[in-house]
Amino acid sequence: MSWFHRKNKNITTPTNEKRDSPNMWFKTPSGTIILKKELKENNWVCPDDNYHLTITPQQYFEILFDEGKYTEINTNLTPLNPLNFKDTKTYEQRIKAANEKSGVNEAAQSAFGKMNGIDFMITAMNFKYIGGSMGAVVGEKIARAADYCLENRIPLLVISQSGGARMMEAGFSLMQMAKTSAKLSLLSEGKIPYISLLTNPTTGGVTASFAMLGDFNIAEPDALIGFAGPRVIRETIGKDLPKGFQTAEFVKDHGFLDFIVDRRELKSKLTSLLKMIWINPNKNK
Amino acid sequence: MLLDFEKPIFELEEKLQETKTLAAQNNMDVSQAVKLLEERIHLLKKETFENLTRWQRVQLSRHPDRPYTLDYIAHLTDDFIELHGDRGFGDDKAMIGGIAQIEGQSVMIIGQQKGRNTKQRQYRNFGMANPEGYRKALRLMQLANKFGMPILALIDTPGAYPGIEAEERGQGEAIARNLKEMFLLDVPVICIVIGEGASGGALGIAIGDRVCMLENTWYSVISPESCSSILWRSWDYKEQAASALRLSSSDMHKFGLIDKIIEEPLGGAHRYQEETMQLVKKEILEMIEELSKLDSQTLKQQRIEKFSKMGEFEETQISEAK
Repeated sequence: MSWFHRKNKNITTPTNEKRDSPNMWFKTPSGTIILKKELKENNWVCPDDNYHLTITPQQYFEILFDEGKYTEINTNLTPLNPLNFKDTKTYEQRIKAANEKSGVNEAAQSAFGKMNGIDFMITAMNFKYIGGSMGAVVGEKIARAADYCLENRIPLLVISQSGGARMMEAGFSLMQMAKTSAKLSLLSEGKIPYISLLTNPTTGGVTASFAMLGDFNIAEPDALIGFAGPRVIRETIGKDLPKGFQTAEFVKDHGFLDFIVDRRELKSKLTSLLKMIWINPNKNK
Repeated sequence: MLLDFEKPIFELEEKLQETKTLAAQNNMDVSQAVKLLEERIHLLKKETFENLTRWQRVQLSRHPDRPYTLDYIAHLTDDFIELHGDRGFGDDKAMIGGIAQIEGQSVMIIGQQKGRNTKQRQYRNFGMANPEGYRKALRLMQLANKFGMPILALIDTPGAYPGIEAEERGQGEAIARNLKEMFLLDVPVICIVIGEGASGGALGIAIGDRVCMLENTWYSVISPESCSSILWRSWDYKEQAASALRLSSSDMHKFGLIDKIIEEPLGGAHRYQEETMQLVKKEILEMIEELSKLDSQTLKQQRIEKFSKMGEFEETQISEAK
């Protein structure tokens, strides 16, 4: 007699039919399999290998705002197709597909709330929406967030996650680099803190504008950060790229990031920073 | 270098030349024939150049006979002292700059510089600046700011250089900083796209009170070739991409993304360099005069407001509640 025997004779699922629940488990790039619920409790960082999953603006809001309470603003801004842009698909088709795929209506969302009691504004980008690309709406949302922060004297955090400017808005998207930088120059003159968090990936026109303009430029571990994308550089120089090139660690080593922060410590670290520079900078005041 | 669409014009011009030569040799009166030919040439030029496709304008913008930044400097200025280096890393040959006098007016001129032969092209890195180029440009602009001199930026680049070292030295940061700092300059800033205006590499010196494009230039977020390779997954759709990107001077002007188009002589800047540079000089002097009347606060404010308005989107009226 065998040690194990089948009590229930009616298991009929053939072995070649895999029926795992796709929403319950996550497999990290290093092969670790983890329960999604556990991941969420861990701020979407895999505890075994510190792999930071790419997450949405809403997930960042829930992590950073106290009790997950916040007010989203400018949700009523949606893209147009001023150039009547068409490649293999029309821009309208791409927008529609992006809306369906991402469940949101643009590649950035802004919200304000309290972070450990400190009034705080966050604009976060969403790579799932046309590669997190910056068109007029993304530019406008960052501009308005900056305006709001200047008017109400609230610190601003922008979380970048983007392939760069959005080709389908061509000249308009290029000028969003100028527009966001203009607003940040005003914020800077107003002495309002601006923190830029660069997450995986941050490249192109986003790196070459607001993402690199923080009073503090910080990044998540291992995030790809660069101006030109790795493929473009490889094609230009005709050589393979060194290991670790354009990772957050590389960018920090070359002097362009203040620090790298594990997402599980993001809230506490931002809070300490703001306490020192914004809430109580002077003992005798 | 003759572009395809210029060939019929060129053939007629040759014919005109031949007629004139023959007439001179044989002592004949050909004034009637010459007049007819000249009229035909003019009409053909007009027809050709008024109906250029966007891709043809891209080709013109890259023509090696177009005046480059140093040509403008030689032609425009009575005196020029080139200034080198970013004070941190090195001197970028793709981005040049210096102090000049134009008709008694001191001006800081910066601009990308391309080369005309293989050796020069390599020396100038094809007009693709590295981070030290953008930092040099900023250093010179801030010098101009200190001495209250207007700034003239001449834009002609296929893009900021995409290389390993450029990334190591912070290409993104260098451009970003220029964008932000140019908004804070107290002096008039005039930017003119004289050739190619490719993306962030162009914008990095193109935050101006007046942003102009010469008629046959392009300015957009990506080159038609790269756009084709990304969206069509092939290099063969550059003409469609050029059209889709709406990258010509008239497109950019129509959308309010530039302030002014500087018209080129009929036939293009590459064939009429002197005339083109003369026209540009006239425009520059007018703009400087106009902008010098504004105080620095107004200048800055208008500059920021102008760029802040750029972008079209839909804003539906809904209550802002979560």
